[in-house]
Amino acid sequence: MFDQLSDRLQATLSDVRSRGKLTEDDVEAAMREIRLALLEADVNFKVVKSFTSQVKERCLGTGVLNSLDPGQQVVKIVNEELAALMGGSSRDLAMAPSGTTVILMSGLQGSGKTTACAKLAKLLARDGKQVALAACDTQRPAAVDQLVTLGERAGATVYQQGTERDPVDIAEWALGQARAESKDVLIVDTAGRLHVDDELMAELGRIRKRTKPHDVLLVVDAMTGQDAVNVAERFAGDAEFDGVVMTKLDGDARGGAALSVKAVTGKPILYASTGERLEQLERFHPERMASRILGMGDVLSLIEKAEEVSDADQAKELERKIRKQEFTLEDFLSQMRQVRKMGPLQNIMGMMPGMGKAMKELRSQNMDERELDRLEAIILSMTPAERARPDLIDGSRRKRIAQGSGTTVTAVNQLVKQFGQMRKMMAQLAKGKMPDPQQLMRGMR
Amino acid sequence: MATSWRQAVDTGAGAPADAAEAEMPDRQGALRRLRESLRRSRQALQAEITASVGDGVDAEAFERIEEALILADLGAPATADVVGRLEAEVESGELAGPEAVRERLIALLAGLAGETPRIDLTARLSLVMVVGVNGTGKTTTIGKLAWHLREELGLSVLVAAADTYRAAATEQLETWAERSGAEIVRGSPGGDAGAVVFDAIAAAEARGTDVVIADTAGRLHTHGNLMEELAKVRSVTARRLEGAPHETLLVVDATTGQNGLRQAHAFTEAVEVTGVVLTKLDGTAKGGIALAISRELGIPVKLIGVGEGIEDLRPFDARDFAAALVAR
Repeated sequence: MFDQLSDRLQATLSDVRSRGKLTEDDVEAAMREIRLALLEADVNFKVVKSFTSQVKERCLGTGVLNSLDPGQQVVKIVNEELAALMGGSSRDLAMAPSGTTVILMSGLQGSGKTTACAKLAKLLARDGKQVALAACDTQRPAAVDQLVTLGERAGATVYQQGTERDPVDIAEWALGQARAESKDVLIVDTAGRLHVDDELMAELGRIRKRTKPHDVLLVVDAMTGQDAVNVAERFAGDAEFDGVVMTKLDGDARGGAALSVKAVTGKPILYASTGERLEQLERFHPERMASRILGMGDVLSLIEKAEEVSDADQAKELERKIRKQEFTLEDFLSQMRQVRKMGPLQNIMGMMPGMGKAMKELRSQNMDERELDRLEAIILSMTPAERARPDLIDGSRRKRIAQGSGTTVTAVNQLVKQFGQMRKMMAQLAKGKMPDPQQLMRGMR
Repeated sequence: MATSWRQAVDTGAGAPADAAEAEMPDRQGALRRLRESLRRSRQALQAEITASVGDGVDAEAFERIEEALILADLGAPATADVVGRLEAEVESGELAGPEAVRERLIALLAGLAGETPRIDLTARLSLVMVVGVNGTGKTTTIGKLAWHLREELGLSVLVAAADTYRAAATEQLETWAERSGAEIVRGSPGGDAGAVVFDAIAAAEARGTDVVIADTAGRLHTHGNLMEELAKVRSVTARRLEGAPHETLLVVDATTGQNGLRQAHAFTEAVEVTGVVLTKLDGTAKGGIALAISRELGIPVKLIGVGEGIEDLRPFDARDFAAALVAR
C-alpha cells in the first residue's frame, strides 16, 4: 500500500535501516510528521498533542525499534491507535421497547441536519419502520418547506405548524401526533444554532425535556476545523448528545473533526453522510476514517466492498492478473459490473489512496455512468477471443463491434487504447508506484 | 483600509477619500461593532496571546503563539511563516518586548490578507455570482448583501434564484428578497440554473436595475460535473452581459478547516473567484482559513458575516480583523 504519509515518514527515517534501529530521536522526528499530517487533517491541536505522545509511547515500547520498515510500522501503529480512539464505544440507535422512538437532531447552522433527518428517515423506513419528522426549525426561511419536500421523498410523514409557534410546543405536539398515529420513530429537526448562543441552547434543552428523546444526535460537517472541540464540548454539556452524524464526507476534507469530537466527548460517531441523495447515509467505520484522516484514502472501504461482490479467490486471481498485466477486457467487464454494483464511480475511485489527482484528470474524460453503459455495450459486442487479446482487433472487427454496440469505430478505438493505458496504470498501482497523471493523460488521448 | 460600505464597494460614484472623512466617526462605530461581534473569538485568542507574550518573549511564548494561530485554523504553513518571521526579528533585535511582538504579529497577520480591493459594481448592469460548498450561508449572505447595497448605497437589486437543486431554495431566497427589498427572478425546480440567470439579466436590464446577485446551489468541489455546471452558468452570464460576472464571491464558513484551501482552489479554477465572504464569525471559530486562502491564492476576503440578521454583514478590513483577534 502506498501513500504520501508513509513516504514522508520513510524519508524522515531513511537512514534508520543503516543504523538498524529506531532511537527516541527517530520516533520524535516521525511524530513531527504525524503531527503535521493530523493538523493538515484538522484534528484539534490539543488532541494532536495528546494523541502523538500516546503513540510515541507505543512506538518506543513495542518492537518497532527493531523493525526493518520503520515508516510503515509507525503508520500502522498510528492508524490502529486512531481507529481505536474513534471506535470502541460504538452503538446502534437506541430504540424504544414500545411506542414511539424519538430522535432529536442538533448542530450548527449549515451542518446538514435537515438532509440528515430525511436520510435517517429513509434508512429506518427501509427497515420497515413507520417514520415521522417534526419540523421544529422555525428560524431558517423555508426550512419547513424543505423538510416537507424531503420527507415526502423519504416516505415519512411530516408534522409541521408553520413558523409562528414556539418550536418546543411544536415538538411536543408532533410527538402527540406520532403516538396517536402509531409511528415507530419521530425524528425532530431543529434550527441550526451556535453553541455559544445561550438562548437557543436553552431552547434545545427545553425541546429535550419536553420530548424525552431516546437519541440525541449532533450533526457535524466533516470540513470543520479546530473549532469542532468547542462545539462538541458545549453541545455535550447542554444537549447531552449520544452520538454524532458526520456529513459531507463525499468532499475531500480529511475529517479530523471526527477524531477531535470523539476524543473530547467520548461520544461515538454513528453515521456518515456521503452525498446529497437520501440513500447516501451509512454506518460509520472508524478504521476507514482513520485512514482518511491520515491521508491514506479509504482503501479498506474499497476492499470490503470488493469482497462483498466477489469471493477471495477471484480477488486474488484478479490481483495477480493486474500485476502481470494479464488483465483482459473480459476481466474488465466483470470488474466493471461489480464496481457498478458498489456505487457511483467517483466514490469508489476517490477511495483509492493517491487517486485524487489522477481521478481529477480521469473525470475530465467523462467516465460517468452513461459512458460506462457505452463501454459495456462495446465489450459485449466483442468475441471472447477479442476480449482476451484486444490486439486482435483489426479494421473489420472494429466496424463490426461498432455496429453491434451502436457506437462508432472511434469509440471502439478509444476504448482499446484507454484500456491499454488503464492496464498499465493498474499494474503500477498494484506494485505500489504512483502513476504519473500527465503520462496517463497523454496515453489516453 | 475600508471599513464602511461606501469604501468597500465601488459604485462608480463619489470618491472614497471624501467618504473616508465623513466616515471617521462611523469607522470607530464600525470598529466597535466588529469588535463586539468578534468578542468571543477575541477573548479566547487574546487570553492565549496575552499569556504567551505577557512576561517575556522566549521559546515557550512562540510556542503558544503558534498554538493560538493553529487553533485559529490559520494552518501549519502560514503559522510557520508568521512565527518564523517573528522569531527572526526578535533574535535580530528588531523587535523587543511583548508589546512590539504583539503589534508585529497583528501586522503580519494583516499582511497575509493582502490588499482588499473594492467590490466592483461600477457597471450598469453589474452581476455578482455567489458560490460555495453546501451550508456555508450563500443565500443568507445574498439577502444581507442586497439589503446593504440598498440601504447604504441606494442601489436597486434583483436576485436570481439559480439554486434549482435544493428543496425549497427558491422559497428561502424569496423570503430574503422580501426582507431586503430586492426583486427576484425564479426558475423551475430542477430547471437550468444558467437559464434563471439569463432571465434575471434580461429582467434587470428591462427594469433598469443596478445589480443582479445570482444564488447558486451549494456543491462540493469534489464533484467534477457540478463544478462544470457552475462554469457553464458563468459562461452564460459572460456571454449575455458585458464584463459579467463582475464579482464572483466564494462563501466560506469560518468554522472550515484546511479544506477551505481546496475549496478555494477548485472554485477559482472553475469560475475565477474575485473575493471571499467569510461567514459565521459570531461563533467561536476564528476564520483563520480566510487568511490562509489569501496567502496561498491571493484571493482577498471582501466581506464577513457576523450573525443571522439582515444587518450582519460587514466589509472586511485586514487590520481590524487581525487586531480584533489580538486586542486586549
